[in-house]
Amino acid sequence: MLIADAIAAPPSDWWAIAPQLVLGGTAVVIILMICVKRVDPGWNALVAAVGTVASGVFAWEQWRQVTTDANPRLAYSGMIAVDGFSAFLVLVVCVAAFLGVLLADQYFKREGIDRGEYYALLLFSACGMQFMAAANNLVMVFVALELLSICLYVLSAWNRDDSRSQEAGAKYLLLGAYSSAILLFGIALLYGGTGTTNLARMAEIFSENVTREPGLVLLGMVFVIVGLGFKIAAVPFHMWTPDVYQGAPTPVVGFMASGAKIAGFAGLFRVLETGLAAFEFDWQPLLVGLAIVTMLGGSILAIAQRDVKRMLAYSSIAHAGFILTGLASGTAAGVRGALFYLVAYVFMIAGAFGVVALLARRGERYTSLDDYRDMFRREPVLATVLAFFLFAMAGIPGTSGFVAKFAVFTGVADAHQWVLLTVGTVASVISAYFYLRLVVYMYMRPEVDEGEAQPAALPRVRWAPATVVALVLTVFFTIQLGILPQGLLDMAGKATLLF
Amino acid sequence: MQILDSAWLIPVIPLVSAGVLALAGRRLKEPIAGWVATVAVGASFVLSFGQLIALVGRPPEARTFVRTLYEWIPAGGFRVPVSYRIDPLSVVMILLITGVGALIHLYAIGYMKGDRDFTRFFFYLNLFVGSMLVLVLADNYLLLFVGWELVGACSYLLIGFWYQSSPNATAAKKAFVVNRVGDFGFVVGLMLIFSVVGSLDYGAVFSIAPSVMTAAMATAVCLCLLVGATGKSAQIPLYVWLPDAMAGPTPVSALIHAATMVTAGVYMIARSFVLWDLSPTAQGITVAIGIITALVAAVIAIGQFNIKKVLAYSTVSQLGYMIAGVGVGGAGYAAGIFHLLAHGFFKALLFLCAGSVIVGMHHEEDMRKMGGLRTKMPITFITYTIGFLALDGIFPFAGYFSKDGILAALFEHGTWWSQVAWALGLVGAFLTATYMARQWFMVFFGKPRWDEDVHPHESPWLMTVPLIVLAIPSTLFGTAGLPGFNQLHRWLEPVFGVAGGEPELLNATTFALLLTSLVVAGSGLVVGWAIWYRATADQRATLAGRLGGVVPFVRNKLYVDEAYAATFERPGYRLTAVLGDEMDQRGIDWLVMGTGAAFKRAGAWFSKGQNGLIRAYAAVMGAGALVFVVYVLARGVSR
Amino acid sequence: MQLGDYLPIAVMGLLALIFGGASYVLSGLLAPRKPTPEKLQPYECGIVPEYEPPQRFPVQFYLIAVIFIAFDIEVIFMYPWAVRMRDLGMFGFALMGSFMVMLIVPLIYIIREGVLDWAPRRRHSRDELIARYRAEHEAAAREEAA
Repeated sequence: MLIADAIAAPPSDWWAIAPQLVLGGTAVVIILMICVKRVDPGWNALVAAVGTVASGVFAWEQWRQVTTDANPRLAYSGMIAVDGFSAFLVLVVCVAAFLGVLLADQYFKREGIDRGEYYALLLFSACGMQFMAAANNLVMVFVALELLSICLYVLSAWNRDDSRSQEAGAKYLLLGAYSSAILLFGIALLYGGTGTTNLARMAEIFSENVTREPGLVLLGMVFVIVGLGFKIAAVPFHMWTPDVYQGAPTPVVGFMASGAKIAGFAGLFRVLETGLAAFEFDWQPLLVGLAIVTMLGGSILAIAQRDVKRMLAYSSIAHAGFILTGLASGTAAGVRGALFYLVAYVFMIAGAFGVVALLARRGERYTSLDDYRDMFRREPVLATVLAFFLFAMAGIPGTSGFVAKFAVFTGVADAHQWVLLTVGTVASVISAYFYLRLVVYMYMRPEVDEGEAQPAALPRVRWAPATVVALVLTVFFTIQLGILPQGLLDMAGKATLLF
Repeated sequence: MQILDSAWLIPVIPLVSAGVLALAGRRLKEPIAGWVATVAVGASFVLSFGQLIALVGRPPEARTFVRTLYEWIPAGGFRVPVSYRIDPLSVVMILLITGVGALIHLYAIGYMKGDRDFTRFFFYLNLFVGSMLVLVLADNYLLLFVGWELVGACSYLLIGFWYQSSPNATAAKKAFVVNRVGDFGFVVGLMLIFSVVGSLDYGAVFSIAPSVMTAAMATAVCLCLLVGATGKSAQIPLYVWLPDAMAGPTPVSALIHAATMVTAGVYMIARSFVLWDLSPTAQGITVAIGIITALVAAVIAIGQFNIKKVLAYSTVSQLGYMIAGVGVGGAGYAAGIFHLLAHGFFKALLFLCAGSVIVGMHHEEDMRKMGGLRTKMPITFITYTIGFLALDGIFPFAGYFSKDGILAALFEHGTWWSQVAWALGLVGAFLTATYMARQWFMVFFGKPRWDEDVHPHESPWLMTVPLIVLAIPSTLFGTAGLPGFNQLHRWLEPVFGVAGGEPELLNATTFALLLTSLVVAGSGLVVGWAIWYRATADQRATLAGRLGGVVPFVRNKLYVDEAYAATFERPGYRLTAVLGDEMDQRGIDWLVMGTGAAFKRAGAWFSKGQNGLIRAYAAVMGAGALVFVVYVLARGVSR
Repeated sequence: MQLGDYLPIAVMGLLALIFGGASYVLSGLLAPRKPTPEKLQPYECGIVPEYEPPQRFPVQFYLIAVIFIAFDIEVIFMYPWAVRMRDLGMFGFALMGSFMVMLIVPLIYIIREGVLDWAPRRRHSRDELIARYRAEHEAAAREEAA
């Protein structure tokens, strides 16, 4: 009864997965709420918000314990890692989910598609992201990835009556399945090469130098990078991004762009830095190439866009490139910068999509660049807030975007990767162009050229309290991290991996 | 102590007043704006006077008071505090600036009556005075530079005050551009100082510089600063902007020429005397530039017909004396400042008189259309006469002692070049007397040559009162620097050190020098009288004929403007044309725009791949994965 | 185990590709091509269809299928547990219980959502449907006009 003994006395370390449990439990509670009686989904949103905050509290407590008592550990037979890295990213996921909840309510009410299930799905997805952040086993990585992805597929197609949203959901599902297959193939190859899916054990095997099959491991590594590269929307695995971001409901995009990217990076960092650390010289060039193509591709393609949501989609691709440079640098400073960048990015992208969602009006009709003409006169506050996020994304000093780029590039410079550094700088210059172009459209284009449509005269956008809270939070942290970044930089520095 | 602590208010009051006027704009009605501005500068004057009293109450060696208001630029080793310095030198400067400035403000209320932009004018005037006070009170070179630049900007605004007419705008631009050239040298000088000393604080620079600066470095620093001074104080080769600056309203001219702006260069050199002491070469060059400017400007002045242009060139000429004075060092520092102050009084007086004449003549500025005004404008005539005698250097007016102080310093310096400079200075003094006599006679004597519809009249009290007030120091200020009993030198001694002192007793040499100056000035007057009063028009024409080509040469200001136009301006235009059209538009623009367009095109091209078909997307992903696989396998094989 | 050990699989895959591709190409090359309208019909024999096949299928089929998968998996988990129930003891029972709760909650949910209602609960009369269609049509027309 060997198996039975092993199962009969499992260590049940509830504390290790407390944030995930809270999120998942909250989601179940929301479903039950709906089962009992359908109320205004705003109540579901409230429960969801409380759940994310509670989850965040647990995550913070984890973080505190892990960093102060310095006892990172493994739980559930090595499935879950509880270390600074996981606690840090779990916390960031909580922030992203919280913002996603806050920004959703007003939008879905406006579109007339507000249903409580949205929040349950969002929380399940966030739960998957958190498991991803804590995953220490390739199987766990895969399960977490599927949990978060499947929820996102549904969320993308949330606006059932809108063909764009349907298209987004379908495309995301098909390509997501494709990438999952590739990832699974990679996991299989890694298992074939090492005989384990536990990342910590994998690292041990490599350090004992008993690698039986480097070829398999390398191939597996490639496919894992490809599979996760899809999630973080790295060029050339980004093709789904613009279509999905444009079609999916904007608050979903805001959450997807921040949360899925956190999860993807979490998996990538964990697999490469823990499991495949011994192969650093093999994956580093791949990541450098990926980062270069992603930064340049995202920036260049964004220039050609006339739709703001699409443009932001490409901008998020470019951001993924910048974050990748931190990992590609292979230095502690680079990883720290990448983690900082992730946080700054969550606030910027959530805020930007939040404003875009408001400005798009009912039915998401006004998302083209021309609709933003003279926006400052029509919506001075929103235009200013959006301009602020655009400045931040462009990396103007005084905003978190600048510090983030600076932190990442410091790591790159430490590693003497001058090509990467040069390309990164060039890409950030290119990206400044399309960010500032939108600002120019909003502030300095009062006249409409002949033959172009006059911007429609619309009533002023109304603000729901939740939206205001979300935007105030994002603006505040974008400024705060730009002016006093040291606290978070220190945190990111402490968010080291277990091994 | 309390009064000294309040010194920061001195520049702040006019600046605040300027801010108020700027914000109020035309809402503030005509005379009120002027009074606000005048009272502000007057208040600064009262405060400045308080500083003087406070300093007098202290022992001479404790008459330097430095106070740091706050840290302005703390950047690593480079710290610049905002701090002011009250010492005997800055006190006399702020007294001159605020005192004369207040009178000019008062005068301007009358002069600018009915102008469309009355408030704007006083906004600029206040800003101008405030900037100059910042410049003078600053305790480090960078803050001085702030004032320096503000003054430049204000002069641009004021010279071009009547920007509707194109010559005014051009003159303003010229002043600005020429000053920029000087500023460049000044900034380089500051960088040199910082690179050697590691600080821009006066205290630090003056105490450290003698021990760390080599003579060559000191020369370089001084010459760079001198370039700045030639720009601000209108010396060869950068004097050309000052005569053109006449385009502005007359009170502005008075302010620029007497109290502010042009004195900045002289003040700066006097302030940096420690550096000049380190470099005899720089001293020599400074003296040469000063004295040659004095001479050349005096020659040009003889040929001018515009009443203000004559005075403008006389300013250039007198500034030459001051520069020569502070350039020669020793007693020259105090002498230069002495002349600066005296000149401030009588030149303000002369300009305001000229303004009075211009107003009386219905804005006619050509002296050929004046004459015989002494009966029509008695107050203006008398006060003008005082100013004229002071500028000529006739005993016992202020200019006599102050100019002689400089000449004496040159003579007593005892080197060959300073003696040559002294001789040239005497020639300049002679010419000064001549051209001023010419102006005096042309304007106030002889037959009226007015246009028919002109009816000259005396100016209102608002304008004459400042004239009368200014006439008093123009007459008496010389007593502050009586040779052998030189109060001003003694006052400035704590600043310039013992070297600034001079023999207490009136010895034979000094006396001979005084007498020589008087004789020279007197003979200049006589010559002027002979040519422009005694002689008939025919005789003058004969004389002009005999002089031949010299006359048009002088009348056309020695063709300096034309020479500059030919050597700098036109090639400059051509260069900018080449740079602008060829380099910038075809070259750099092409590169920049081309790069942008290339990225745009690349974006559009790659976007074609984004055709919305899932199979295409999957194919791209697959291709990407394949590239990775091939790369890894290729590496594996090669390893 | 070397990467070379996988070679047979690669060869196999290659052979499959060649065979499939070759049959496709060869049939195109070798087969005589004499198309007639009848031959191009979806069904070569039988009744000639007079209208396009319906585009829509009742969605209930899919829903049932999806639900079936969920319970299918539940059963897959339950069999091994049932076999070893005694060995696993209370811990196993608790695990299985929580798993079933997690499955029951969605079950309640989907029943509430009406997934088991095979047809709309209330039948509309023909007149009702026509009236509703007209109302919708007019609303659309008005919107267009606006």
